[in-house]
Amino acid sequence: MRIVVLTKPVPDPASGQDRLGPDWRVDRAAAPAVLNGNDEYALEAALRLVEAHGGEITLLAMAPPSAPETLRKGLAMGADRAVLVTDPALAGSDIPSTVAVLAAALRDLEADLVLAGIDTSDGFAGVVPAALATTLRLPLLSNAAAIEPDPAAGRVRVRRIVQGGYDVLEAPLPALVSCTQALGAPRYPSLKGIMAARSKEIAVRSLADLGPLPRPVGGAVAETVVVAVDPPPPRGATRTVRAPAAEAAREIAEFLAARRLLP
Amino acid sequence: MSGRLVVVGELADGRPTRLTTEVATLGRRVAEDLGRPAVGILVGPDAAAAAETLAGFLPEVVAVDVPELVDLAPAPRVAAEVATLVVPEDGPILVGASPDGRDVAGALAVLLDRAVLANAVDVEVGPEGPTTVTPIFGGKSIVRSRFVGRPGIITVRPSSVDAAPAPAAGRIVGRAPAAASGGPTVRRLERVVEASGEIPLEEAPVVVVGGRGVGGPEGFALLQELAALLGGTVGATRAAVDAGWIPYARQIGQTGKVVRPRLYLGLGVSGAIQHKVGMQTAETIVAVNRDPDAPLSEYADLYVVGDLFEVGRALVAELRGRREGGGG
Ligand SMILES: Cc1cc2nc3c(=O)[nH]c(=O)nc-3n(C[C@H](O)[C@H](O)[C@H](O)COP(=O)(O)OP(=O)(O)OC[C@H]3O[C@@H](n4cnc5c(N)ncnc54)[C@H](O)[C@@H]3O)c2cc1C
Ligand SMILES: Nc1ncnc2c1ncn2[C@@H]1O[C@H](COP(=O)(O)O)[C@@H](O)[C@H]1O
Repeated sequence: MRIVVLTKPVPDPASGQDRLGPDWRVDRAAAPAVLNGNDEYALEAALRLVEAHGGEITLLAMAPPSAPETLRKGLAMGADRAVLVTDPALAGSDIPSTVAVLAAALRDLEADLVLAGIDTSDGFAGVVPAALATTLRLPLLSNAAAIEPDPAAGRVRVRRIVQGGYDVLEAPLPALVSCTQALGAPRYPSLKGIMAARSKEIAVRSLADLGPLPRPVGGAVAETVVVAVDPPPPRGATRTVRAPAAEAAREIAEFLAARRLLP
Repeated sequence: MSGRLVVVGELADGRPTRLTTEVATLGRRVAEDLGRPAVGILVGPDAAAAAETLAGFLPEVVAVDVPELVDLAPAPRVAAEVATLVVPEDGPILVGASPDGRDVAGALAVLLDRAVLANAVDVEVGPEGPTTVTPIFGGKSIVRSRFVGRPGIITVRPSSVDAAPAPAAGRIVGRAPAAASGGPTVRRLERVVEASGEIPLEEAPVVVVGGRGVGGPEGFALLQELAALLGGTVGATRAAVDAGWIPYARQIGQTGKVVRPRLYLGLGVSGAIQHKVGMQTAETIVAVNRDPDAPLSEYADLYVVGDLFEVGRALVAELRGRREGGGG
């Protein structure tokens, strides 16, 4: 099976330095980039599928030119190669641009299965997978907690998390699956994996390399604009209680009663 | 500018979801501010019956009955039907940011070639049109964004708006399905119900949340007891879920659920940024943690430094005592 995993480099949420720059774009210089957390789950799912069914994994990212550092981690986890679409004109792209670019790159990769994360930690949008599936006319199996392909029969089953339980979905391959944490925790790269990643290919492609696209893309044609960035409204001051348990419990109960929070 | 503001609804068990009524409430207000009519669109099996509820929130609801959606993943077909009903002058198009809503929004963005502003907690209206308000980076910043040119699609984060019905019920228009169902089909073979009867996390007025400090599945019994006494339900951090102490469906945070309960009570929760994303807009935040300096100490309303089992058990006793004593 040929699996493509969509991996977006995002500012490291753990760095505490993720923020917007003076141009109100993500300040990529301030925070080190990491692979988007949910995309690591998607990659882990891909690695397990290849272990079970054979095949190969390509990472695909549209990102600034610094992204190879980040993609290297995915290669160290076990992906076979990466494709990075990067172009100065793509800075400030909105969602339709991102989707058009990823779709064009995916057409060249001929995947049986495309895996994406359910959303990204910087934007939290969670709409790219459905938009891509629509563009490429691929069946979309979203919010996956388990993925069971049957390559011989040319179909895939997915356990999709819904309110109060799950649905079992089935679609023909090729298909696009968006992945949740319920698929299982991503592995740490082994020393061997880290060594091997050094010699794996990261194909860097510009917009021109993708050939003509069906729509104009990039920051210049973005149809959304940030108009203000503010700190969040402050919460009230914290009241701290240090007291023996019974007394602390009474304080909590009184605090809740005063706020009419006791049934 | 004669276009309509469109609210795309979502159905669960034959009724509009709570998020749908929240989005409809927001949409009604934004449409008034924009001076545009508002219309809701419901697509699904039994859409006409569900439209009765949604018409309590919007002046007009278009219902498209698609019986075969019972056995399909709904989003592609819902988006296709909505796309046949939206005209170029219409907008913005509001969709709830649930898993299905995000799928519908993504598909619609392509079908209608419109931009998306995702995960709004509010929409303000100024001279330039609608402006979305969205927390980013786990609530560290609040970003205001707008569309350049024609208004596009806005996804609205769950629990951001208090649903409130309109003073008068709107009218319902039935429409026959019009979309060619040509797209790839995703069949639903089975629906497995795991947690019937429990209050959905997003709807509970009180959420008692356990973290790594709870120490194991047994520890959650104490939290269940507290939740029952407080009239709420139990949630968890990813650390507790990853350890297998409680199902993923109970996880709050970036990769779990977003909740806005009246009361969040966290026991043995540090309050990491990825957790904060899912609970920071709770009305009241109370935490019990033996570490005086955990991140939650910076944004809780009441922060109790102590052992969660000792304080938790004492709180059970205290709440029981108050009940029996007829309040205190
Ligand atoms: C991509 C990504 C996505 C993530 N998504 C989420 C998410 O959706 N939700 C989420 O919650 N996390 C998420 N995380 C994980 C997050 O970063 C934290 O690791 C997690 O929230 C920590 O959980 P915790 O508070 O239970 O554990 P810890 O951080 O270990 O905190 C446990 C706390 O319990 C206290 N404690 C221990 N024993 C006791 C006791 N007996 N009495 C009182 N206090 C005690 C300790 O002092 C400590 O403060 C994500 C991380 C990543 C990288
Ligand atoms: N620029 C990008 N490069 C590669 N994958 C992306 C990109 N943007 C989004 N994705 C994929 O789409 C998923 C959802 O992203 P989003 O809709 O932006 O929240 C991510 O988890 C990725 O798998």
